[in-house]
Amino acid sequence: MNHDQARFGDDDRYEPLLSETGTATVDVGSESPLPDELTRDELELPTSSEPELSRHYTRLSQMNWSVETGPYPLGSCTMKYNPSFTEDVAADPNAAVHPERSDETIQGSLELLAGLQDYLARIGGMDAVTLQPPAGAAGEFTGITIAKAYHESRDDDDRSEVIVPASAHGTNFATAAMAGYDVVELPSGEDGRVDLDALEAAVSERTAALMLTNPNTVGLFERDIEEIAEVVHDAGGLLYYDGANLNALLGRARPGDMGFDVMHYNVHKTFATPHGGGGPGAGPVGVREELAEFLPRPRVRERNGEYELYDPERSIGKVHGYQGNWLVLVKAYAYIARLGDSGLEDASAKAVLNANYLAEQLEYDIPYGPFHHEFAATAGDRDAADVAKRMLDYGVHPPTTKWPEFVPEAMLTEPTEAENKASLDDLAAAFNAAIADSDEELAAAPSKTTARRIDQATAARNPRLSWHALDDTE
Amino acid sequence: MTDAGRHERVDGTPYAPHTPEQTAAMLEAVGADSEADLFDVPSEVRFDGDLGIEPRSERELRGELSETFARNDDLTEFLGRDHHTHYVPSVVDDLSQRAEFLTSYTQYQPEIAQGFLQALFEYQSLVAELTGLPVANCSMYDAASGLAEAARLAGRVRSISGTRVLVPELLHENKRAVLDNYVDGTDLEVATYPMDDGNVDIDALSGLVGEDTALVYVENPTVRGTIEEHLDEVGTITDEAGSLFCLGTDMAALGLLEEPESVGADVVVGEADALGLPTAYGMGLGLFATRESFLRQVPGRLVGASEDESGRRTYTLTLQTREQHIRKERATSNICTNQAWIALRTAMHLAWLGPDGLVDLGNQCVREATSLAGDLDELAGVHAPVHDRHHFREFAVRTDQPAPAVAADLESEGFAVHVLDDHLLQVCVTDVNAAATDELVAAFEEAI
Repeated sequence: MNHDQARFGDDDRYEPLLSETGTATVDVGSESPLPDELTRDELELPTSSEPELSRHYTRLSQMNWSVETGPYPLGSCTMKYNPSFTEDVAADPNAAVHPERSDETIQGSLELLAGLQDYLARIGGMDAVTLQPPAGAAGEFTGITIAKAYHESRDDDDRSEVIVPASAHGTNFATAAMAGYDVVELPSGEDGRVDLDALEAAVSERTAALMLTNPNTVGLFERDIEEIAEVVHDAGGLLYYDGANLNALLGRARPGDMGFDVMHYNVHKTFATPHGGGGPGAGPVGVREELAEFLPRPRVRERNGEYELYDPERSIGKVHGYQGNWLVLVKAYAYIARLGDSGLEDASAKAVLNANYLAEQLEYDIPYGPFHHEFAATAGDRDAADVAKRMLDYGVHPPTTKWPEFVPEAMLTEPTEAENKASLDDLAAAFNAAIADSDEELAAAPSKTTARRIDQATAARNPRLSWHALDDTE
Repeated sequence: MTDAGRHERVDGTPYAPHTPEQTAAMLEAVGADSEADLFDVPSEVRFDGDLGIEPRSERELRGELSETFARNDDLTEFLGRDHHTHYVPSVVDDLSQRAEFLTSYTQYQPEIAQGFLQALFEYQSLVAELTGLPVANCSMYDAASGLAEAARLAGRVRSISGTRVLVPELLHENKRAVLDNYVDGTDLEVATYPMDDGNVDIDALSGLVGEDTALVYVENPTVRGTIEEHLDEVGTITDEAGSLFCLGTDMAALGLLEEPESVGADVVVGEADALGLPTAYGMGLGLFATRESFLRQVPGRLVGASEDESGRRTYTLTLQTREQHIRKERATSNICTNQAWIALRTAMHLAWLGPDGLVDLGNQCVREATSLAGDLDELAGVHAPVHDRHHFREFAVRTDQPAPAVAADLESEGFAVHVLDDHLLQVCVTDVNAAATDELVAAFEEAI
């Protein structure tokens, strides 16, 4: 296959697709023990030698930003350092077992799961935890499904709405809708926090739950959390905690103590396991005692020194084919155990210190405060996305841009605890240089990266999603 | 421990690079006396207790966890049923573990994420190559969530009038349980169709499929390891009824078995992790591919080819208006963090195998299953395969003795097999455990 390579010129930085270095077609039916009608006729795939593959993927890795490459201050994504030793622990050959092994033969794995459940319950101030959800959004879905089962168990059948603050992560809205709820959007108050009057107006006997992040998406602690919990509980609703920002609170405040009934943990954010270019993550869910019987099955427990799986009587069922993303859970366990009480608290302390220090160095308006581990700077009358592209020219990864929407031209910045003062000073210099550049320089950015500004509109208008599609066009 | 160097410190996080002097300078810069002063948490909800988690040094912890995992018995697993293990070449571990891949995130700034974007574009292309369907996403969580999202897609396609999702009666219980949860918030309802000796009962299915049918789900290979012989007929039945045909399969089987597009499949789901990921206690990679016409209903991330300002070919996330961060409650799915890194590994493994390697692997899955079933069948009191079909990797075994007791005996001899019911076991053989089949047969002979 040659695709449309010629159309794109001869660039020495160009990395050919696997399909462009050679493919072969195999006549499948002729060598198969199966009758012809049960096999495909032929199969065409790339044919690369192992040395070629090694270079291909090494080059691709070099064309990619990562935490190991430099600061990665994506607000709400928590891109912190990934310890090497957790990778080694997860690679232990004894940990690689099939999910349908009998309980008696995988006591070590079950012990780790039970141990992680216990750690997470303590950290969140929750009574019971499931590790099954394979990502944060899957955790949200699990939590909201548990809330639904809880209301149904009380014959409280008219609760059709979930309240979500306008500033919340998009997953909250999508999750509530996916579970069949109408979404009631709660506008942010003037101080960037939940407006109690607006909340009072939004709750009703139809309210199944309020989904809240605390600190919220601009790093502000919802100081009225006790009143918020009271309003929601008085209306018969449950309070759901989105754990995306838990990195700001480790050992200093716990969702359970704030009145939250159900929460998810993004263990791949809070406890530093790698994000893998978009996953896998893991989204364990913690609940108060009253909700424990609805948790997904099976659960792990210890009885007489032995670990076993069992099904809670009123379980919502399953949210993953097996027990979730095991390797991610192992890494989370190892990380929590490595840090312990003092390390977890220190991680939050340094994450909050870093955010405050970085903000102090920026020549940008930051409309709300005081904030914890992340803050929303505004690019003012400049286009935040353009400023971000210009930051690429200064050799750093820009923050999350244009979100949350209630901050104009938002640049949501989360340095995490893993950067030192010098690194933050460099990052601040990139921020400040970019906003000081001319409109022309911003519009022409990035000019120093491997790829120049990418045309996203055409990509969406004329979707070419595989190398076959490259051959089909023009 | 207080004298330990900074990397062994257990009185704070070892991963914050601050020296005490830097911390002091930073606190001064922000005008705070202490780190605690920066926390805007009202005293009523402040946590002043101990979590009770004892910190350990890296060395201590590696020893401790190594002992924990050593409590798992060392069994030779002949287990499958939706979680299959093939040999993963070292080069996959080596390359995928490169930190530039491992510690990156979603490619929100494509200009500095071309490497991962191209790798995912290649993954999508390989899936398209194997399924014949042009649109593949960057991953679902696992086969179960893939099937559940396929059902929800069928519910959104306007030309489909029905609400019934038909699944085989021999469906893995876990898949059914996840599907039930995912359709709970919709008007879809799940029902089963009967099987005939491990394959679709095509007459019964034909009678069940009608205008009320949104989606028919068929597996190849099935959960019993049988190779489905009626795919063309399923395609015809669903076509005539105007419902969608969803085929469940896996990446290793796709090299050999009928091409999904050619039998009329509208959506392909399944476990893609059969390549690229060793046994990981059920961690998966959900395959999802479909036709061009359903492009805007696809859940999850898509990578598309584009150009940059210099006219160079580049890659970017595309059609994000389907996704939750843009579309909120009107998104096609709530998925955000997915299984991208496993997709990278699968693409690497597939590229390493090449077309010959993949077809050889598929043929081996057929030959080993046939051969092992034949050997077991020669034992008195053992009948295999139970279903008179062609098999891929696995097959059901009937035992005259109670199956749980036979499995327990096998376990004490170092082998793990599935128990299906009182007199049914299931055995799965791949390139990983093929060398131990003679020992398994001998252990069976002892156990019965």
